[in-house]
Amino acid sequence: MLAVRHRRRVAGLVVLLGCAAAACLASIAIGSKPIPVGAVWHGLVSPTGSEDDLIVRSLRVPRTELAVLAGAALGIAGSLSQGHTRNPLADPGLLGVSSGAALAVVTGIFAFGVTSTYDHVWLACLGAIVATVGVFLLSSAGRTGPTPLTLALAGAAAAALMQGLVSAMVVADQQSMEIYRFWRIGAVSGRDPTVIAQVLPFLLVGAALAMANTAGLNALSLGEDVARSIGGHVLRARLIGVAAITLLTGGAVAACGPIGFVGLVVPHLARFVTGPDHRWLVPYAGLIGAVLVVAADTVGRLLAWPGELQVGIVLAMIGVPVFIAIVRRTRLAQL
Amino acid sequence: MNGPRPARLRSAAVPAIAVGGLAIVAALSVRIGDLPTSVGDILRVLSGGGDETQRYVLLALRLPRVLIGAFAGAAFGVSGALTQSIARNPLASPDVLGVTPGAAAGAVGVIVGAGEYGGVAGPASTVGLPLAALAGGLLTAAAIYLLAWRRGVDGYRLVLVGIGVQAFMMNLTYWLLTVGDVADAGRAMVWITGSLDGRGWTDAVPVAVALCVLLPLAVIGGSALGVLQFDEDTARNLGVRIQLCRAALFLVAVALAAAATSAVGPVSFVALATPQIALRLAGVARPPLIGSAVLGALLVTSSDLFARVAFGGVEVPAGVITAVLGAPYLMFLITRQRRKAHV
Repeated sequence: MLAVRHRRRVAGLVVLLGCAAAACLASIAIGSKPIPVGAVWHGLVSPTGSEDDLIVRSLRVPRTELAVLAGAALGIAGSLSQGHTRNPLADPGLLGVSSGAALAVVTGIFAFGVTSTYDHVWLACLGAIVATVGVFLLSSAGRTGPTPLTLALAGAAAAALMQGLVSAMVVADQQSMEIYRFWRIGAVSGRDPTVIAQVLPFLLVGAALAMANTAGLNALSLGEDVARSIGGHVLRARLIGVAAITLLTGGAVAACGPIGFVGLVVPHLARFVTGPDHRWLVPYAGLIGAVLVVAADTVGRLLAWPGELQVGIVLAMIGVPVFIAIVRRTRLAQL
Repeated sequence: MNGPRPARLRSAAVPAIAVGGLAIVAALSVRIGDLPTSVGDILRVLSGGGDETQRYVLLALRLPRVLIGAFAGAAFGVSGALTQSIARNPLASPDVLGVTPGAAAGAVGVIVGAGEYGGVAGPASTVGLPLAALAGGLLTAAAIYLLAWRRGVDGYRLVLVGIGVQAFMMNLTYWLLTVGDVADAGRAMVWITGSLDGRGWTDAVPVAVALCVLLPLAVIGGSALGVLQFDEDTARNLGVRIQLCRAALFLVAVALAAAATSAVGPVSFVALATPQIALRLAGVARPPLIGSAVLGALLVTSSDLFARVAFGGVEVPAGVITAVLGAPYLMFLITRQRRKAHV
């Protein structure tokens, strides 16, 4: 039985890597100007500066890289959030992260005249981190600690407060509104290529912390008392987990804007194959997240060809039905 | 807890005091503004006198604005009291459940689709905008109810499905904001924050009619609300057809929220906070309908007055004020939440 599951996990990993390669190839080839596969290969391996090569190297590859990174980060962060809260509905995007980042960015533009996108990324990271930590603390302040309802609603309350402040600023200033509305929807296109280098350290440290957290998370999933009795450090595991979640989510939101539902949906897909073992679940969630975001971004280009739909709205169309299916399927006692 | 008589006295005193507060806020709202008006001027205009400018400013601008704020606030308050009782959860309000975000998505669709450099004109503005908001709110509510249905509707599942649908509607709205001109997007942003700016008599009529028809229905149906507090089996033993009752009251609540949203936009947190304030002030077990209505009216009119005069020449949307006041209150409620939610 264990051997069968192990073989399934390894086979699944191979299949997923194949899917990721195919999705990336499609993402580079498909767009308002379709590029044949041969020309994609040419542009990647031996560019000569032709028009196709330029599109491949300066537009399609950076946005595909960004989609891979954001998807992987959000998938991993989602599996950690769900593991730590033991809650199938915990998604970093539902926890006020995006509104926190939005508030920081809009305040920067409105009050301090910060216009460089380079600085917006730092602001977004800061806002996201402050908001996540705040919402976790707030939802834990009740008598029972964070439950699905308190987490979701603490996120909603924090989001509403920050959203109110954002509204007050963007309705007063058209420049803020113009930047805000295209940031808010969540997109991997049209971002400055330097953004990748800027958020990469956040994402790498976050991913390393996440992998270091998996064994502790497996112990914690037996319950805090059992984890303590078999020698686990509960508080240390929790802190590493929250740090990983905030770094990964903050980095992704700063680079792409708030992309919802990846963190919610992906861990459930991963769990079908891996079961509850986080040492497998976390890397799986990262891979599936990357495939999902790259695929959704590509689908968005097909749906509105020759224009495109931003990846955020495509993912909402996919993600909300899955969320509702989970709510309907799960027995309420378990929530 | 007090005995029965003081408790009844207290629950009657709250709406009475709130009505007094509402009268004061209304009087101040009519008086304060760019055109200075004395109490004498107001009385003269109301009795048919006054000069043309005074008549225009008071009767066509300030009076309808106060009234629409009061009507919409009352509708939000009753709507929230009903949904909180149905879901047996103090946090279930039309905002959180996705009804007002659905209405907002409908309205933003019209503003972005029919708008021209920041303004919607003609029939699209007077009929299309409120109608789209109304339709958006009602359709979203129907979708939530059907999706939460699984051999009956459980209050808890209703809340979680509502949160999912709300997230979808928000994404749809934000996507719509990127489609149009930036001036339209700005105007749409004001609308989805909730604002009473520029509302006139025509905007007040639908929400007034909805309130007149639905508030009595809610009060009559409210006698069943006490039974809805119990779990399914107890209610059935008491002879109440609980699913039918829930569905009917949910419909009334949704219609009120949608009508109010179509008039002033989804002014945040009024529907969530006022029933809880009314409940605690009156010292009763579940949100009182009349008390919620009066407090809702008071919250919206006073937030609008504050938003209009507090920042010098700059006017902010009233929804900003209610969110900044209401969100900390919701956080306070969460930290006091017990394991099983009590209304």
